[in-house]
Amino acid sequence: MDWILGHLDDIGGYTVQHAWLAGLPLLLGLAVAVPLGWLARRRSWLYTPIVAGTGLLYTIPSLALFILMPLVLGTRILDEENVIAAMTIYTVALLTRTVADALGAVPDDVVAAATAMGLGPVRRLLTVELPMAVPVIAAGLRVAAVSNVSIVSVAALIGVPQLGVLFTDGFYRDFLDPIVAGLVASALLALLFDLAIVALARVLTPWHRTPAAARSGSEAPS
Amino acid sequence: MIRFEGVTKEYADGTTAVGGLSLNAPTGAITVLVGPSGCGKTTSLRMVNRMIEPTAGRITIDGEDTATMDPARLRRGIGYVIQHAGLFPHRTVVDNVATVPRLLGWDRRKARDRSMELLERVGLPAELARRYPHQLSGGQQQRVGVARALAADPPVMLMDEPFSAVDPVVREQLQDEFLRLQAELGKTILFVTHDIDEAVKLGDQVAVLRVGGRLAQLDAPGRLLADPADDFVAEFVGRDRGYRGLAFRPAPPLEPREEPTVPLGAAPEEVRRVTADWVLVVDAGRPVGWVEPRAIDAPVTTDRLHRGGTVARLDGSLRAILDAALSSPSGRGVLVDDDGLLLGTVTASAVVAALDGVPRTDPVEPPEPVER
Repeated sequence: MDWILGHLDDIGGYTVQHAWLAGLPLLLGLAVAVPLGWLARRRSWLYTPIVAGTGLLYTIPSLALFILMPLVLGTRILDEENVIAAMTIYTVALLTRTVADALGAVPDDVVAAATAMGLGPVRRLLTVELPMAVPVIAAGLRVAAVSNVSIVSVAALIGVPQLGVLFTDGFYRDFLDPIVAGLVASALLALLFDLAIVALARVLTPWHRTPAAARSGSEAPS
Repeated sequence: MIRFEGVTKEYADGTTAVGGLSLNAPTGAITVLVGPSGCGKTTSLRMVNRMIEPTAGRITIDGEDTATMDPARLRRGIGYVIQHAGLFPHRTVVDNVATVPRLLGWDRRKARDRSMELLERVGLPAELARRYPHQLSGGQQQRVGVARALAADPPVMLMDEPFSAVDPVVREQLQDEFLRLQAELGKTILFVTHDIDEAVKLGDQVAVLRVGGRLAQLDAPGRLLADPADDFVAEFVGRDRGYRGLAFRPAPPLEPREEPTVPLGAAPEEVRRVTADWVLVVDAGRPVGWVEPRAIDAPVTTDRLHRGGTVARLDGSLRAILDAALSSPSGRGVLVDDDGLLLGTVTASAVVAALDGVPRTDPVEPPEPVER
């Protein structure tokens, strides 16, 4: 306990770094997953290759991916870009299917009405389909956020500082305090991400917060 | 005018959805496409705004070939209403209605004002404007769908079973309001339905399609009922077509008989002074129902009235007048003027007698003399 109180600055710094390495890839991954998911929906023959292909990326062991990144990107092994890129790949793996299925769940009559009113494909995506897909995409993002917070700690093994460093430190020194501190900080960070996504989704979906019509309700006077 | 010239839609698997369809939907009129499922009526509709591209033939709107027009621009000039309204669940009612005006670049305020005006026009109270579609009943959503289609005042409207997902009472109400609205607006409307009763009620002309998208008959509703082109049309038009056809036959010159009446609130003695098995009760000149004198033991109140009889306007359709006579407990049909004031009564036999003297409708007559 004394150790934790004495190292609050370090723990705080690692937490901020951890949030950055887990959080930025969420945004980048979403930015990649949306066009991919959209493409999978627009061209039905692309659905299986895109969704299955991106899904497979999640099976790559994280340590291997962190080590492979410098070879692919031409970065140095200690650069945080490696971690950001790798985490973005995992986010894309988790989100592409979610985005494709969320877009697919937009009712046909709504899509038909939008098309018939003269909305082009891109405008329809941005102003009708994506807004309606927010609740489902947000659910996928929550999974990806927790997954990212958890996986990022592995990057301690290639020397990129974040909360994972506390685990390796505790392990090498056979000392429990840093490990406990890392676990608690990770859990709190995951919770924070989760709450932020839920709050954002709520703000973006005002129509979900209004009570439905009484089914027995009478018709408007004519 | 919307003009189909030999329009065909074939799919890659060889099925023909629409086969060589040629027809004109005249400006300012309602043309109904009706037929069983698989007759290509929705496909035909969607080829007009190019949501589906024909494989052969062409469609023109006021002489302009739609195939040469930019699809998005073409669609913004065509109102479109579909079965479940297809409202945007994430936008308020007023924003839904303002969709096309906003796409056309109207400023927010003007688009909003126009939306509010249209909501009023389709009979929706202004306080619904800020609600989301799921907070509305099915009938209200459908009204919003109509308002949204009308928002940019398009000369052409496509309507795909717009009233079939609501209950019968609301449907009838929506149909009546739709006809009233159309009388004011005079849009060129292509209307798809599978319901022949809706088709003959709403259509200025009705196109019956058979499976495979082939035109079986295109005629005014009265003629469709009176003179089906073949067995398919006759069967599709259904039974009672003779009776239903009366709705399209001009009212014969009928002399309403004077009917003794008592006012609402009349005492039993007053009712019994009228020597008849049933006595008509009026309120401020308007017929309200029938009473049976021998069953009356207290002043006549509205809850004592027999309400079986329908009321017809003297200049109404033959069907309405005959129905008034057939539904009346006294056997005498109640006739009123345009203001709903009592003119008299008529018996079914008088209507039928008059019917015999009326020609069988239609400007274009079949050549044979009417069989007697």
